This record gives sequence, structure tokens and C-alpha cells, in this order.
Amino acid sequence: MELFTPDFGLIFWMFISFIILFVVLAIWGWPVILKNMDQRADTIDKGVEYAREAKTQLDSARAEAQKYMEEAQQQQAEMLREAARMKTQLIEDARKEASEEAKKVMDAARVSIEQQRKEAELQFRNEVSKFSLDIAEKMVRGNLSDDQSHHALVDKMLDEIKSN
Amino acid sequence: MKRISIILFFLTLVALVTPLKTYASGSGEEGEVNVKEIIFHHLGDGYGWEVPFSHVYRIPLPVIVRAEDGKWISFSSHKLQEYVRITNEKTGKEELVAEPRIVTIEKNGKEYQFILAHVSKHRNKVVQIFPLSPEEEARVKEEAKNNPEIQGDVDKAEAIIGGYAGFNEVYYREYKPHDISITKNVLALLIAAVIVTAMVMSVVWFYARKGMKAPRKGVGFMEMLIDFIYTGVIKSTLHERARKYAPFLLTCFFFILVMNLVGLIVIFPGGANLTGNIAITLVLAIMVFVITNVMGSKHYWKEIFWPDVPLFLKFPIPIMQFIEIFGIFTKPAALCVRLFANMMGGHMIVITLTLLIFIFAAFGAIAAGGSVFISVMFSIFMLCLDVLVSFIQAYVFTLLATIFISMSTDKGHGHEAHKEEQKEVAEETDMPVEVKTT
Repeated sequence: MELFTPDFGLIFWMFISFIILFVVLAIWGWPVILKNMDQRADTIDKGVEYAREAKTQLDSARAEAQKYMEEAQQQQAEMLREAARMKTQLIEDARKEASEEAKKVMDAARVSIEQQRKEAELQFRNEVSKFSLDIAEKMVRGNLSDDQSHHALVDKMLDEIKSN
Repeated sequence: MKRISIILFFLTLVALVTPLKTYASGSGEEGEVNVKEIIFHHLGDGYGWEVPFSHVYRIPLPVIVRAEDGKWISFSSHKLQEYVRITNEKTGKEELVAEPRIVTIEKNGKEYQFILAHVSKHRNKVVQIFPLSPEEEARVKEEAKNNPEIQGDVDKAEAIIGGYAGFNEVYYREYKPHDISITKNVLALLIAAVIVTAMVMSVVWFYARKGMKAPRKGVGFMEMLIDFIYTGVIKSTLHERARKYAPFLLTCFFFILVMNLVGLIVIFPGGANLTGNIAITLVLAIMVFVITNVMGSKHYWKEIFWPDVPLFLKFPIPIMQFIEIFGIFTKPAALCVRLFANMMGGHMIVITLTLLIFIFAAFGAIAAGGSVFISVMFSIFMLCLDVLVSFIQAYVFTLLATIFISMSTDKGHGHEAHKEEQKEVAEETDMPVEVKTT
């Protein structure tokens, strides 16, 4: 049975070709391939990690932006509210001030009117007393010697008029 | 895809028709099909390689032999045979037949004669022959005549009278030279080696050209296979030692795979039954044997000569040692025989199924036709199965080789003493244990 008895020539050539093949591939083949495959696997791993990180960063950035936007909106609303409040207050204040001013002006006017009235009254009284004195003087010039007592009399009479 | 299926269809048709034609042309001898002969012819080695679809012509290959006087002689294998036209006695047709002839080579003024032995125990091998002196010839002839089994049949005589070759009724003394011819199997081996180199280098060149890009198609498939073996088998078994043994194991896997697959191709670049030849698997197994034992760790040898078993099993009668030493040899032997038997079996089944056609042809045309269909279908099925087996056997060989190497280079992490020792080493040097010990 030649099949079961190994042939020397074939063993010899198998040995030679296997050794040559092994040496060639062990130097130029397998290390290069294995190194490259490992490197690529590492690169892919890193890439995946990087992408995952980028995604989380993007997500957080988006959330942050959302937060900022909401904050800004809130601020805007607040500011609007504040502005409205301020507006009403300003108007209120202005109105109050204006009314106060008006009141003041009115008061001043009243005071000055009163004063003028008093002055006029005084003047008028003086005039009237003067007129009446003149009249009375004219009327009673001759018989009236004592001016002082006459003035008192006239004043008394004028007070009576005023109280009337 | 469609074109491929059309091509396959026509190939199948050709396969169906060819045996019919052969049957028709060889109809005179249908009863004389020597199944065993044909099977061993197809499984065995040969000088020269059959030209596709021709049973006679062969591609000549160099024959390299060492003659009895120590000289290396080489000649082309076509000289071993001559083509003669003979008339078939039964059909009366002329046929071209390859007949053996004596090759005479002159070297340094000396004549060397060789012949392809065809009946002796060196059957189908080149032997050197020497003419006999008249007395010796007379003695041999006398012996042949007196032998009742021979009855004048020269071929038979030659088979019985050892050491002598009969050729055309003339006796010669035969000598089996050392033979390192480039036979069919050797050439197939070299072709397989070139294919493996090309396959592996295609990946390397791809990296050189495209850098870190992922390969597609053929190169991608190749890389997937490499990754499958490296990550799935080598790295998961050998861990940190993977890089050291990966070149050997990967070379083994791809060499076996390519040899298996090339062997399944029926015509020229393939067809040689390589991994179904015990010489090939023997060399592979010896490689594994050498690596496992040369690289064997202290722990491995301790397990062989002083295993962890009750004392009476290892002393005073070394039962366990005997078993363990026996195991050193049986492991690679199992590797060798497993691959050889599986691949040879596959080839044998396919050939036998094909031969069924010729066996059934004896029962008439209908039986022949029916058996053609059935045989071809079964053959195709078996070949498909063999493609699977080719892969599985290459995988199993690599897997077992990896496990054997792993077992022999293991430093015995399971033992407390070792662990402590390693811890000490690690503490002393402040370095990883593996770096220190490997």
C-alpha cells in the first residue's frame, strides 16, 4: 500500500516548501497583517469612543443651549413685566407729581389771592376809612375838635359794618 | 451569478456526457474495470501530470534520483514512457497507449539505466536497473521456471523473485534510488505554496497601498479568515503567547486549506491528492511535535515525569510516565492521521461514486444511464461536502495544534506554588510576570 508508506521525496519537498513558506510569511506576511489589523481595530475603537463622546458633548451642549434659551426667555418675560410695571409706576408718579404740583400752584394761587384780597381789603378799609373820615370831617368839621375820639368812633362803626 | 450558473450547467452536462463516451469507446472492456487500481492511481503520486481530458498524455516533470554510485541524475519524466499505437483485440480499434521504456542516461562517460517499475514492490517508482551476468540470468530464469506460481508469466515472476525487474522477458537487477523528483504531488505542493503566498501578500500589499482602509471582496474575505483563526483560535487559547506562535499556526491553516481545496479541482493545477497523502500530513505533524516539545515549559515536563497523581501510580512502577510519554507521540500522530484519513476518504468516495458508472455499465445501457445520473449527483454532493470538510479539517488541525502548543508552553498558573513564585518574581523586578518568564 503505497498510500500508507510516506514517500521520502515528498517529505523532503514538503519540508523545504513549508519552511520557505513559513519563513517568507513569518517575515513579510503575518506580522504586518496582524499589526495592521490590531491598529485598525484600535483606531475603530477610538473612533467609536470619540463619536460617543462627541455625541454626549453635543447632547449636553444642546441641553445647555436649551437651558440658556429658556433662561433668556424668562429674563425677557421678566424684563417685559418689569418694564410694564415701571411704565405704570412712572405714569402714576407723574400723575401724582402733577397733581401735587397743581395743588401746590393752586394753594399758592389761593394764598396769593387771599393775600391780595386781604391787601385789597386793608387798602379798601383804609380807603373807606379815609373816605369816611373825609366825609365825616367834611360833615362835622366845625364841631368836632377832638380828632382822636372821632377816629375811634369811626373805627368802631366800620367794624360793625364789617361784622355785618 | 446567472452566467456562473450557466457555465456550471454546461460543465455538468460535459461531466454527464464524458463518461458515456468513454463507456462507448471502451465498451470492449467494461467488465474488466479494476476499481482498486483506478482509485489508487488517482490517489497516488506520479511522474508527470495528466493533460486535462486525456488519459495518455502527461505534462513532463523532472525526475531527480541518486544512482547507486552516489551521483545525482535528472531527466524529464516523458522519457519513462513511449506512446505506441496498438490495436485493441476485442474492438479492432487503434488506441494510443503509454508503454514503459528503459531510460538510458550518460553522465561522465558512465551509463545509467532507469525504468518505471510496474509490478514490483516499487511499483510506479523510478528504479535503476543493471544488466545481469549470463550465469545470474540463467539462475533467475531457472528460479522463475521452477516456481509453480509463475508458469512462465514474466510480470508475475518479477513480482515473486525479489530484487529483479523483468522487462520484455529480460531480467535486470533493480535498485531503488533516493528519489527527490518533482512529481505531480511536489508540483501541486509548490503551486499551493505559491497560492498561499499570493493570498497572504495580497493583504499585505493592500495595506501598503491603502493603509488603514478596510479591504473589500477577496482581500476582505482573506482578512476575515485570518481574523477568524487568529482571534477565534490562536488568541483565545494562547493569549499573550499568541503573537509568537501565530505565524506558524496561520501558515499551517492556510497551507492545509489551500492544499485541500486545490486537491478538489479535477484538472491540471489541482487534482493532486496532497493532504490525503501521509507524507504531507506527517511533515505537518512532525512540525507540531517539534514545536510542542522544544518550546515545552518546565511545567509541561514536570507533568510528564512527575504528574499530580497518587504516588503508587508513578513510583516504583512508572505507569503514568509511560502513558504521558506515549501521549507525546500520539497527539501529533492523531493530527497526522486525522487529516490524512479525512481527505483521502473524501477523494476515495468521489472516485468510487464515479466508478459506479463503469461497474453498472456491465448490466446494460439502461443501468449505465441511470447510474450516470445518480453517480454524478452524488459526486457533486460529495464534492460540496468535501469543500466543507477541507475547511473543517484545516480548522481542526490548527485548533488542535494550538491547543497542544498551549498545553506545552503553559506555565502552570493553576498551582499555588507557581503562583507564589511568580508573585515574588514580579515583586522583585516590579515587572509583569510574562515579560520576565518568556
